[in-house]
Amino acid sequence: MELIYMDHAATTPLDQRVLEYMLPTLQDVYGNASSVHRKGQEARKLVEEARSKIAEVIGATPREIYFTAGGTEADNLAIFGVAEALGLTKGRHLITTSVEHHAVQDSFLKLQEIGFDITFLPSDQYGRVNPQDVAEAIRPDTILVSIMHANNEIGTIQPIAEIGKITREKGVYFHVDAVQTVGHIPVDVQTMNIDLLSLAAHKFYGPKGIGALYVRRGVRVKPHIYGGAQERGLRAGTENVPGIVGMGKAIELAVAEMEERGKKEIYLRDKLIEGILKIPDVRLNGHPTERLPGNVNVSILYIEGESILLSLDLEGICASSGSACTSGSLDPSHVLLNIGLDHATAHGSLRLTLGKDNTEEEVDRVLEVLPTVVHRLRVMSPIWPENLLK
Amino acid sequence: MEYTDKVMDHFQNPRNMGKIDNPSAVGEVGNATCGDIMRIYLDIEEDVIKDVKFQTYGCGAAIATTSIMTELVKGKKLEDALKVTNANVAEELGGLPPVKMHCSNLAADALQAAIEDYKNKNQE
Repeated sequence: MELIYMDHAATTPLDQRVLEYMLPTLQDVYGNASSVHRKGQEARKLVEEARSKIAEVIGATPREIYFTAGGTEADNLAIFGVAEALGLTKGRHLITTSVEHHAVQDSFLKLQEIGFDITFLPSDQYGRVNPQDVAEAIRPDTILVSIMHANNEIGTIQPIAEIGKITREKGVYFHVDAVQTVGHIPVDVQTMNIDLLSLAAHKFYGPKGIGALYVRRGVRVKPHIYGGAQERGLRAGTENVPGIVGMGKAIELAVAEMEERGKKEIYLRDKLIEGILKIPDVRLNGHPTERLPGNVNVSILYIEGESILLSLDLEGICASSGSACTSGSLDPSHVLLNIGLDHATAHGSLRLTLGKDNTEEEVDRVLEVLPTVVHRLRVMSPIWPENLLK
Repeated sequence: MEYTDKVMDHFQNPRNMGKIDNPSAVGEVGNATCGDIMRIYLDIEEDVIKDVKFQTYGCGAAIATTSIMTELVKGKKLEDALKVTNANVAEELGGLPPVKMHCSNLAADALQAAIEDYKNKNQE
C-alpha cells in the first residue's frame, strides 16, 4: 500500500538535500561552536552562515536571530521574556487571541495565573482577528501583543501587517508565531512591523528540535534558560550545530522554492476542498481564501474525527483531527470551538495538510477513499439522520 | 493511538452492527458533546438475549467496545448479561489506552440501559 502523507502542519519530512548538508556536522564537524580552537571555529562558521540565511529570509540582521530548541521554546521565550523584562516597569497587560497554538496560549494562561492581565481577543467565524479589536484593547500598561501569522489547525492567515502598523504606532511590542508560515508564505519583519518572531525548522523540511526567535534590535527580552553565554546570553546551552545548520539549509531551499510550491499546493488544496465538499453535510473550517496553501480543514457531520483518522490510516492516508480523542483532553480543539463550532461539529473535524511532494494522484486517491470511509462510519452512527429513532 | 490488534479488528469488522426492527428494548448512553454515543437494540425472548445490535458514534475504542460487548452478551440470560462490566469489555479487547478507559468505555452501560428499558416496558 502506498503511503499518502497529508499531515505537513504537524511536521514535514526532512529534505534529502538538508540531510546531506547536515551529515558532516554529525560526523567530522563535532567541535563546540563556542570553542576557540579550529574544530570549534569550523562549527562556528557554519552556525553563523545559517543565522545569516535565516535573517536574510525574514528581513532581519543576523544579530537579531537567536536559536532555540524549537517553536514552542521560541514562543515561551518571547512571551515570558517580555513579561519579565517589562512587567515590573511598563505594565502587566498582554494581548493575544483565542485561537493561538498551545505554545502561546498556555504561556499566557501561566502568566495569568501568576498575576498578569491577559486579553484574549475573539476571532470571527473564519478564525480572523479584527485589527480594530487589537487597537481598542491596547492600554498604557500593555507590554505585548502576540498573534500567530497563520493558524496551525484551520490555516487562516491573520492580517499581520495591519496589526503591526497599530502596535508600532502605539509603541507596543508585537510577537508573531510564524511557525506555520515561514517557508510557505512571505514573512518580512520590516514591512510587517514585527518585533519578535518564532520559527521552527521541522515545519519547512528541516530537522526537529531546532527553532529560532527573531528579536528586533533594542527589544527587551529576559532569558529563561541560564547556564552560559551562548546566543548572546539569551539562550544558554551548547549550540545544536546539526540542527542549526539544517535549519539554515532548509529555510534557504524552502524560500527559493516557495512560490512554485505554493501554486501547486493551492491547486491541490482547492481540488481537495471542492471534492470533499461534495460529500453531504460537510463544512469547510477556516477562511475560504486567506488560508495557508496546503491547509484543508473540514467538519464531517455525524461522525467522530479519530475514527476517520483510523480508517484513513488503514488506507495509508496520514491526516489529523481536532476531536477530543486526538487533542488528548475531553474537549475538542479550542480553535474550532472559538470559531463557533459546537462540540459535535468540532469532533468531526478532519485536517489534511499538503506538502511539496504530494501529487494530484494522491489527492484523487483521498477523494476516492474518503466518501467510502465517511459512509461506513455514518451507517454506524446513531446520530446520522437516517438512523435517528422514530 | 496505540490500540491492540483486537480493537482494530472490531473497529474494522464490527460485529452485530446495525439495528433491530421492532426491538424488545433500546438503550443509549453518551452524548455528542463528549463525542461518544452508543445505542443498543435487544431482541429478548424469555429473559434471554436472542439478538443484539449496536450503533455507535465515537472513536475507535467506542466502536470496538460496543462491538465486542454484543458478542459477549448475545445468547445470554439477562441476569448474566447484566454482570458484564465496562472493565470486562476492555479486558476482552486486550486493554485500552488509559485515556480511553473512561470516555469511550461505556458499552456495558449502554447494555444496562437497554435492559432497564426492557424491564420498564414489561412492568407496564
